[in-house]
Amino acid sequence: MEKEKWTFDNSVQKVLSACFMLLACSLVSLAQQPIHSRFDSIQRVDEVVITSRYNHQEVIPSQTLSGEQLEKLNAHSVADALRYFSGIQLKDYGGVGGIKTVNIRSMGSSHLGISYDGIELGNAQNGQIDLGQFSLDNVEEITLFNGQKSAILQPASDFGHAGAIYIRTRAPRFEAGKNYHLKFKAKYGSSDLFRFSALWEQRLNARVSSSLSAEALTASGKYQFRYLRKKQDGSVAYDTTATRQNGDIWAFRVEGNLHGMMTDGFWKFKVYTYHSQRGIPGAIVNNVWRRGERQGDHNVFTQGRFQKNIGDRFVTQWVAKYAYYQTHYVNRDTTQLQVDNTYRQQEFYLSTANVYHIQPWWSVSLSYDFRWNKLNATMREFVYPHRYSNYLSVATALDLNWLKMQGSLLATMVKDHTRYATSPDAIVNYTPAYFVNVYPFSNRDLSLRAYAKKSFRMPTFNDLYYTDIGNALLKPESALQYNVGVNYDHRWKQGWLRYVHIQADAYYHSVHDKIVAYPKGQQFRWTMLNLGRVHIKGIDVEGEMTLVPVRGLLVTGRLQYTYQDARDVTDVRDSYYNDQIPYIPWHSGSAILNVQYGDWDLNYSFIYAGERYNQQENIKYNYMQPWYTSDLSLAYRYGAFRLMAEVNNVFSQDYDVILNYPMPKRNYALTLEVKI
Amino acid sequence: MKRYLLYIILTTLLLHACRTDEQLVYMEEENIPSKGVDGDIIGMYVLNEGNMGSNKCTLDFLDLQGNSTGEVVYQRNIYAERNPNEVKELGDVGNDIQIYGSRLWMVINCSNKVEVCRAADAVKIGKVDVPNCRSLAFHQGYAYVSSYVGPVTISQDAPLGQVYKIDTLTLQTVAVVTVGYQPEEMAVLDGKLYVANSGGYRAPNYDTTVSVIDLETFQVERQIDVAVNLHRIRADRYGQLWVSSRGNNRDITSKVYWLSKDNQGNMQVSGAIDVPVSDMSIVGDSLYFYGADFSAVTYDVTHAQGIINVRTHEQVTQQLSDAEEFKNIKTPYGIIVHPVARDFYVMDAKNYVSSGELLHFHADGTFDYKTRTGDIPGHAVFLIRKK
Repeated sequence: MEKEKWTFDNSVQKVLSACFMLLACSLVSLAQQPIHSRFDSIQRVDEVVITSRYNHQEVIPSQTLSGEQLEKLNAHSVADALRYFSGIQLKDYGGVGGIKTVNIRSMGSSHLGISYDGIELGNAQNGQIDLGQFSLDNVEEITLFNGQKSAILQPASDFGHAGAIYIRTRAPRFEAGKNYHLKFKAKYGSSDLFRFSALWEQRLNARVSSSLSAEALTASGKYQFRYLRKKQDGSVAYDTTATRQNGDIWAFRVEGNLHGMMTDGFWKFKVYTYHSQRGIPGAIVNNVWRRGERQGDHNVFTQGRFQKNIGDRFVTQWVAKYAYYQTHYVNRDTTQLQVDNTYRQQEFYLSTANVYHIQPWWSVSLSYDFRWNKLNATMREFVYPHRYSNYLSVATALDLNWLKMQGSLLATMVKDHTRYATSPDAIVNYTPAYFVNVYPFSNRDLSLRAYAKKSFRMPTFNDLYYTDIGNALLKPESALQYNVGVNYDHRWKQGWLRYVHIQADAYYHSVHDKIVAYPKGQQFRWTMLNLGRVHIKGIDVEGEMTLVPVRGLLVTGRLQYTYQDARDVTDVRDSYYNDQIPYIPWHSGSAILNVQYGDWDLNYSFIYAGERYNQQENIKYNYMQPWYTSDLSLAYRYGAFRLMAEVNNVFSQDYDVILNYPMPKRNYALTLEVKI
Repeated sequence: MKRYLLYIILTTLLLHACRTDEQLVYMEEENIPSKGVDGDIIGMYVLNEGNMGSNKCTLDFLDLQGNSTGEVVYQRNIYAERNPNEVKELGDVGNDIQIYGSRLWMVINCSNKVEVCRAADAVKIGKVDVPNCRSLAFHQGYAYVSSYVGPVTISQDAPLGQVYKIDTLTLQTVAVVTVGYQPEEMAVLDGKLYVANSGGYRAPNYDTTVSVIDLETFQVERQIDVAVNLHRIRADRYGQLWVSSRGNNRDITSKVYWLSKDNQGNMQVSGAIDVPVSDMSIVGDSLYFYGADFSAVTYDVTHAQGIINVRTHEQVTQQLSDAEEFKNIKTPYGIIVHPVARDFYVMDAKNYVSSGELLHFHADGTFDYKTRTGDIPGHAVFLIRKK
């Protein structure tokens, strides 16, 4: 009986505190909109009740964008939304179809793990996930963790990231007395963009529900851009406005989910498929305004997850995934080498994570993952690599209410096999991590945190085996991270100020054996070498505030600032020694202001990226000006309908995120949404 | 007081944080503590390739006449300032630079154009569109430009290359002839144009031939089989051609071949010297070269340098210079020798994605000076005083 009692009490308490933490991360929670906030809170409680008899929440809180907050951003894809997180830099090649990748805290995108509904998205070929391909339409929450997600019930490979993004899609939920939910959304915008999506959620029985989400997108990708240069005396040197060509895209996505509940557990099953065909607009250089590269993608993956408590103290989670990615790259530019290559990637993934609660305040976990990757290509002299990765992690978490701690150790063993070349030796790597979070006061408004961890990234198949360029002798690139931070949250039930959230982190990272392209000594032939060394110092600050100045008027604001000092310290003899690494601004940030009154909703968002350099040397030839864009949207809700008009880049700033890849000037979109 | 300070800091930050007008990047001048040499050669243009897609092909000028104190002056990035109205400046990836008469010709590979300027001041006269253009040669009022791409065929194979014949006065293309795969350099000898074909787009099935074009008829006369992946081709004063082969980075190493006339008066391969040659410059009997050969099997780079006597076909020295500065050259990417004084310049492309260096050595190999260039300096031409 005694045991039963603490289990019950504790779980209630944990559920409440977990709810609180989740709520604290969200602006939405306080938006006392009748339907939606109710949905949200029901959903939150569901999630927590199902997954944790004990607290499986992270030691260190994260940055989150969710629910309505996501909907209100004029964001097309997951990549657009990630610009509002501190520490994240987006590489955006422009337009609807332009490739969009992110890196975290200057460490390079291959260090970032990206999970889709709890299972990592992989790209063994080049380590880059094009987040522009992931629509926000069915996404409920995006969470960013620096270091790793500091929970212990997770796959072993999740303990190895230098940073992680978790994308969670919407779980089916229904209004009282209804067994289905339908949502349709249509969007029309600049660049001849048309996007249509539909969501059908159905309760199959008391314990199983399904959801089907489908989306189609087309766009010509044409937009106006302008290059204006002035002479020293201020007169115009040249001023050209042109239309971006070869950026057309069509894409089609279908996603089916089954969610099931069982006694002390749940299971989930997903099938995801994405097909697209797009032009690659390419760099705008003197005398070249149009190119002929095209890419076709056919991606399919299916994944399942199962979690169950066995007895009072043991939780097990099983995850499996199979993915098939096909990329067809064609260059039909008659002035260049004609290319027609097809790359086929396969991945099989199996993971088990197990947690045992020794005491209510002390748990240990053991996880094991197996991953198999294979890459086929129609390239000449291709070696057809395949890779076996084994991950084994042990972790322990301590929760003394005022103090939370977690320690983990991950062992990774990677072995590649190639068809023609001799296969490189197996790589074995051990990466520890340690997280601590302290609540100095009993009300838990204020918390202090710190972490230290080591992580590494495997060289990608392209790094190792790309014909003529790859170097099979590469070592993994590793990173050391140290972080200290503070978090403050407070809510008020009354008054005009309802919620304040501030968090700040300072960090020092170093990247070793950075994999860089290096000349072979003759006529533009490159190879990959473990050459670089980077020291990164940074500060992330984030604040949120909710105000109710007048009854019925809700004002929310979110502000984010990032400072990064990322220096190349590879070799004192280099002309760029101690210079800021390419495309990392010292200062960047964003602001979101949302005003909600009755059925009206006005949103303003601002993104800023400060001065930076596009090559290693910090000289004037590589200098890039700051850029900043303002986006506005106005939405009106009428019953089941919601209409939203948006203007992006309101001041029509002409800017490049990547050198010679001009971004769109002012552009517009109109969205209509119906929920049944 | 505190308040004001905060105000000042915030204002400074905000001003710093905002965009200003995008300006052209103007020339930089550097005085070099070395005396200019008196003579007919008054300067040298250096063409920096710039990385593909970066649009950072730039033109530098070394003023050998010197400033008021007689010091040599290096002018970095002169094109944008001399031609401020040219949209997106000089372009993407420069691949050759030559002077013909009073005009400066530059092949801008990825901008698909040949830029023609006044040789005296690099002010633009016009351009000729040539897709994927590579190298220049001149003969009797015509410019010849090699291009990697000819007519696209239905097959998946790489297209054959072409040579464009351009009237140097009207800047019009008057004829085009199809040659081998991915032609690189050309040389004119006795009314014939010799084209070194690389076949770079067909690797590992490289081209191995030199195409011979009769300049009277502008037709390909025949093909001379030399070696894989040909690159440089230069004529010497004995009527021989020196052709470099880059090898295949595997079992076939980089070498240099010489061609001479057989009994029928046709050019034929007469011999080879087993040293890697990446660039060369022939003055009198001396062929100055450096080379690097990368092996994709061992990941090692074999370096070589020296002077070959073109008359005896023997390498007379294995070292152009024993200066420390020469040893520290990271990626030699071009060499040019003063035709009279025989002092020489080496261009160092470093890691390809940062500024390169131009190094000057005296005729005896002693180091004189070095200066920063644009990205990937690889091509240079002397400016000779107008008589």
